[in-house]
Amino acid sequence: MSRNSRRDFLKNAALLGVATLPMSLVRLSFAKSGDDFTFAYISDSHIQHIKGNQFVRNWDMGLKRAVAEANLLVPKPDFVVYGGDLAQLGTKAELDHGAEIMSALKYKTHYVMGEHDYYLDLGAYWEKLFGPQWHSFDHKGVHFIVLNSVLTHHHWTYERWPTAERRMAEMSGLDNPNGSPFMVGEKQREWLKNDLAKVPKSTPIVVFSHSPLQKIFKGWNFWTDDAEQVQAILKPFQRVSVIYGHVHQIQYNQIGNISFHSVMATAWPWPYPQSYALAESHLPVLTVPMNRADPFFERDATGWQFMNVKTGRVDLTYQLPNNTTRTVAFNAKTGKPGDIAYQEKTKRIPPQDHY
Amino acid sequence: MITYPKVWFAAAAVALSFNFAGARDDGLLGLPALDVPSDNPITKEKVVLGERLFNDTRFSSTGKISCATCHSPAKAFTDSPLKTSKGINDLTGTRNSPTVLNSAFNLTQFWDGRSPTLENQSLHPFVNSVEMGLKDHAPIIETIRNDPAYVEAFKKAFNGIDQGKISMTEVTRAIAAFERTLIDGDSRFDRWYYKGEPTLTANEIKGFQVFIGNGRCVSCHAVEHTSALFTDHKFHNIGVGINRIPGKDLAQMAQEFLRAKYNREEVDEKVLKNPLASDLGRFAVTLEMTDMGGFKTSTLRNIDLTAPYMHDGSLKTLDEVVEHYNRGGASSDKEPINPYLSGGIRPLNLTTAEKKNLVAFMKTLTSGKHLKK
Ligand SMILES: [Fe+2]
Ligand SMILES: [Fe+2]
Repeated sequence: MSRNSRRDFLKNAALLGVATLPMSLVRLSFAKSGDDFTFAYISDSHIQHIKGNQFVRNWDMGLKRAVAEANLLVPKPDFVVYGGDLAQLGTKAELDHGAEIMSALKYKTHYVMGEHDYYLDLGAYWEKLFGPQWHSFDHKGVHFIVLNSVLTHHHWTYERWPTAERRMAEMSGLDNPNGSPFMVGEKQREWLKNDLAKVPKSTPIVVFSHSPLQKIFKGWNFWTDDAEQVQAILKPFQRVSVIYGHVHQIQYNQIGNISFHSVMATAWPWPYPQSYALAESHLPVLTVPMNRADPFFERDATGWQFMNVKTGRVDLTYQLPNNTTRTVAFNAKTGKPGDIAYQEKTKRIPPQDHY
Repeated sequence: MITYPKVWFAAAAVALSFNFAGARDDGLLGLPALDVPSDNPITKEKVVLGERLFNDTRFSSTGKISCATCHSPAKAFTDSPLKTSKGINDLTGTRNSPTVLNSAFNLTQFWDGRSPTLENQSLHPFVNSVEMGLKDHAPIIETIRNDPAYVEAFKKAFNGIDQGKISMTEVTRAIAAFERTLIDGDSRFDRWYYKGEPTLTANEIKGFQVFIGNGRCVSCHAVEHTSALFTDHKFHNIGVGINRIPGKDLAQMAQEFLRAKYNREEVDEKVLKNPLASDLGRFAVTLEMTDMGGFKTSTLRNIDLTAPYMHDGSLKTLDEVVEHYNRGGASSDKEPINPYLSGGIRPLNLTTAEKKNLVAFMKTLTSGKHLKK
């Protein structure tokens, strides 16, 4: 983005401004006037232990970069949110190593639980490092809620698997028939109801969860099984934003009063699920090696994302490496978010149909 | 097939043909078609004038420095073996002099790409305090207007322009036109790769395999089907220079830049003049964090002749360059990997033979035409 257009962007947009290098800076202006503030969001680093003191280099580098960039941010964020999946297999070594990289951050950090953090010891060591699995806090007129949305059925969690390692492995697979859908669960929903009982309906609410609090695609757990019940609890509030990790890709949605936005991963981008495609794929098998080291650019699709909630709706501007900057803004006509440059069919970039 | 307007140059001093369709014994084998701006067509008169301006030392505060001082035809248009360039009064800059050869193909000029064209680029060294040291461009115009030979040459090159109308526009156009003739292909590699001639040894060919394979070089130093400029025209943090900035200073400088951007103000002079800021690279131009410590991918053509290497000349030999990349972006085992490192840079685990062959391959990229022995 050129310097000028960037300035215009800051001038025109400005509010909940987020950046994800892999990290997001969120600027909330619907807080009490004069109390504008920003927070940063980092998610899905999947720190992976190989052996001894060896960890997968690329995942380390993604998180280190996010931390380094977050420390440079102007304006300074008031706090940081970590969106979950700090570890890959939830081990002490991985959580410790991730916590050590995160310790370079100069800000107070709130942690969200991811399934890769949870299913080895059901969050025991994570809680020691990062605090409670769900909590809420008020900051300059906004009520923030952190949920653990990756829980599942009691039987699957406690009785089905012979070992904790096996349980972790089963939950980390995609399209796995042995998997189980994520949920917030009754106990936490009760807590949420009580927590919100004392909050005025006009207070802006921002919910952080790891999985989307909506149903997108079950095979990859882009899904929360009791999403409708959680949404019902949030329904009485005028302005609600749900910001989630887990999906490692760009998603946005509007359900009633609730705006949903994903935050990209520091580790790797997911494609949209093959098994979710409505048409059969005819992608040929690559038999001729390409004249390049591929994939070369490890930070692809883990770019910056600026959120603006000036209107109480979240508008996002994405800056991806080697890509045109795109803005997804709330469209008053359609009543939902849309890509402002690509709404007209004739204006869309045609999909690639040869390889 | 690209056909270039077969213009002007048939009888020029520098034999250069833009007919890309014919037999390639024109020294351009392996180069793409050259984009020439429509407002600055290349003519013989302009090129001759440009070369003269390029070599004229009067356009510096001491009368001793010309473009050619740091871009010497005898040194493949660099000032090899200097680490960083020496300008007026032996003052040194912070960057290694890049070759002018094939710079006509660059999409941006300078190591940080802050200049968009050759025409714009040549404006700056004249008035840089450690390069040619002038306060402004006025003395250049004055010298030219008072030199009858120049007045005559400008008339010939620019449609009979009046003495009083000669400006930096014409000066920089003439220099750019000259630089656009300094394009060189037809290396041993080009003859092997694009013509199938047996010009490479078995080890050099193995080196090319490393170049496009394990070495991961080709991802930035691009080789195309019909031509190769050995650059992607992009900017990458490869772990050179950035480690010289102490962490505290980096944060402080970066925040000065970002604060200026946020407040829509100009960046403070003090920051811009801080020599440490030079190693922020492309970031200081775009103010994008993804550009932190990034520098332009340089061409590899004639690389054997342009040591030392990298934007700061910090690596003396091609072997050191290969070791740097093999470590995944560090110049010694002690040096830390910086967190802003470009996503493509990672440890390579090359064998000794692979490294040797890779260097041998790079030495096949030397062209001959514009190199004065
Ligand atoms: Fe994840
Ligand atoms: Fe996840």
